[in-house]
Amino acid sequence: MTETLTGAQITIRLLERQGIRTIAGIPGGAILPIYDALGQSTLIHHVLARHEQGAGFMAQGMARVSGQPAVCLASSGPGATNLLTAIADAKLDSIPLVAITGQVPRAMIGTDAFQEVDTYGLSIPITKHNFLVNSAEELLEVIPRAFEIAASGRPGPVLIDIPKDVQTQAIEVADWPAPGTARPAAPAAPTQIAEAAAMINEAQRPILYLGGGVVHSGASHLAVDLAEKAHLPTVMTLMALGSMPVDHPLSLGMLGMHAARYTNLALDECDLLIAVGARFDDRATGKVAAFCSQAKIIHIDIDPAELDKIKTANLAIGADVGEALTQLLPAVAENTRKSWGDRIAALRMEFPLHMPEAANPRSHFGLIRTVAACLDDSAIIATDVGQHQMWVAQAYPLRRPRQWLTSGGLGTMGFGVPAAIGAALAEPQRTVVCFTGDGSIMMNIQELVTAAEENVNLKIVLMDNASLGLVHQQQTLFYGERLFASQFKVTPDFIKVAQGLGIAALDLDLAADPAAALQEAIARPGPCLIHASIDVEQKVYPMVPPGAANREMIGA
Amino acid sequence: MNATNRNEQTALDRAVLEIDVNNHPGVMSHVVGLFSRRTYNVEGILCLPVDDGARSRIWLLLNEDQRLPQVIKQAEKLEDVIAVRRHAADHAVFSQLEAFFQA
Repeated sequence: MTETLTGAQITIRLLERQGIRTIAGIPGGAILPIYDALGQSTLIHHVLARHEQGAGFMAQGMARVSGQPAVCLASSGPGATNLLTAIADAKLDSIPLVAITGQVPRAMIGTDAFQEVDTYGLSIPITKHNFLVNSAEELLEVIPRAFEIAASGRPGPVLIDIPKDVQTQAIEVADWPAPGTARPAAPAAPTQIAEAAAMINEAQRPILYLGGGVVHSGASHLAVDLAEKAHLPTVMTLMALGSMPVDHPLSLGMLGMHAARYTNLALDECDLLIAVGARFDDRATGKVAAFCSQAKIIHIDIDPAELDKIKTANLAIGADVGEALTQLLPAVAENTRKSWGDRIAALRMEFPLHMPEAANPRSHFGLIRTVAACLDDSAIIATDVGQHQMWVAQAYPLRRPRQWLTSGGLGTMGFGVPAAIGAALAEPQRTVVCFTGDGSIMMNIQELVTAAEENVNLKIVLMDNASLGLVHQQQTLFYGERLFASQFKVTPDFIKVAQGLGIAALDLDLAADPAAALQEAIARPGPCLIHASIDVEQKVYPMVPPGAANREMIGA
Repeated sequence: MNATNRNEQTALDRAVLEIDVNNHPGVMSHVVGLFSRRTYNVEGILCLPVDDGARSRIWLLLNEDQRLPQVIKQAEKLEDVIAVRRHAADHAVFSQLEAFFQA
């Protein structure tokens, strides 16, 4: 049946056909036709963010917990520029996102029209791909293709800029394209898999190094199976936390700048590093020349441009990691690796992660551990960016892929609250906890009112040291204790702010029994802000000083 | 990444890239952006449509640099890039143009 539809109606219909059921965004002049069509949709729930960056991170939260592309909407000009940080964040963490922006009518493009900005040009370096749509017909091709690109290979954000006159252009539509889905990845070459198996079987001191690609590929269980079969001690990047339970006997936890000492020391001794879906980020490797300097390297990644980018691999396998691990698993010999296991145990004994005051809910580690004790593995844990993020990465018992949402690559303060709202919207049956800091939360605090409006089951744990903690720490350690612009002279009354924005609030500082108060606040459905003061002098330790080798850690 | 000048000063030679792309506004930005965002200078650019105009061919003249293999891999990932071929600096495409570029 042929229908006459506008570009805006076609856009919404295509999103419905993609299975999109929740969209975060903010309307404005140049995207009003799409909003008019969206208002008529009975399938899609629109979440009205209070800042476009919030909408972008809500979509990220949905995508991070589901693994499926999620959608955000913004108008032209400032709407589009406000989205850019969330898009760049998605690019660095390989999150599938489809951002749709309104643009001024085609005839006005290039005239410095009201709210005109070169969204296409601005988004080139921060998207996997982008489109400026030239006709309503093109939407039928562009929108499914955007989803296909976002989800295929190494996932990433795609931006579609749609001029207003394309949104209002009416055309006849007879046939609908198939929804865009991930293209199957090319299989790993069997000869390379055999070579990798031989290298693993021969290795005396191998370490498995898991990155976010393991989560994206849905390959966490395969990675754990491989580790168990070949007895491979396993390190995870910040992005991979949860892919192997941190309390698994083979888990050495997170590697790199804020790893436990034993983890980095074990890497220093390994003779084979098996990097799976990881990209040798500088926060993971420290000084690259000194990273695993005795080791041969097997590097498996779906993105060929990651192979040999930072470290030249002895064996570089361009493949989907799930597919490669499936092939690798039967080819790898069972091995107990007794002496390496003993050595790791000795390192772990001698250089453990110190978690002082872990039983005291008024300390930073104790607060995190007490929150964890209130929850099971079904909870989703989001963070903002800063000291609290690293402490949660060190101390929270993450046990499940997609349990953990954090801004890894871009390190965006302001990520936490809206991403957690998105996660709660996508998986309303779960409890979502967002650990944040007093610096980070201020960067998207307006979204508390969105949390109230959507009544999401979100608990925000605000660790308040009245400072930009990581800046404070670096100035203390590396800038002669010259503290500048890192301490807030005036701090908000966060309890009043939360209540003013419509959500419940608990001040843990005033609670006689903080553990019981936490338990009660977390158990109560709906959004809640939990405020806890922490000591500004606490550092994220241990720490690899910037530019140093990972073995040269300072602090406890 | 302050190595740019050193990299370019120690460039041993030049390289020529031949890049087949879809022909639409924005493709050139995508391709040359890969270089500019790495502070990697493009010494020469030629681009004309091929066949029926649905595709173009971009020729780039570059200083040989340790970053070139990575940029080529990134170029190959672009959705609108169909193929990248690398040639030696003595490729005729730029040398035949020298007459147009005399002061």
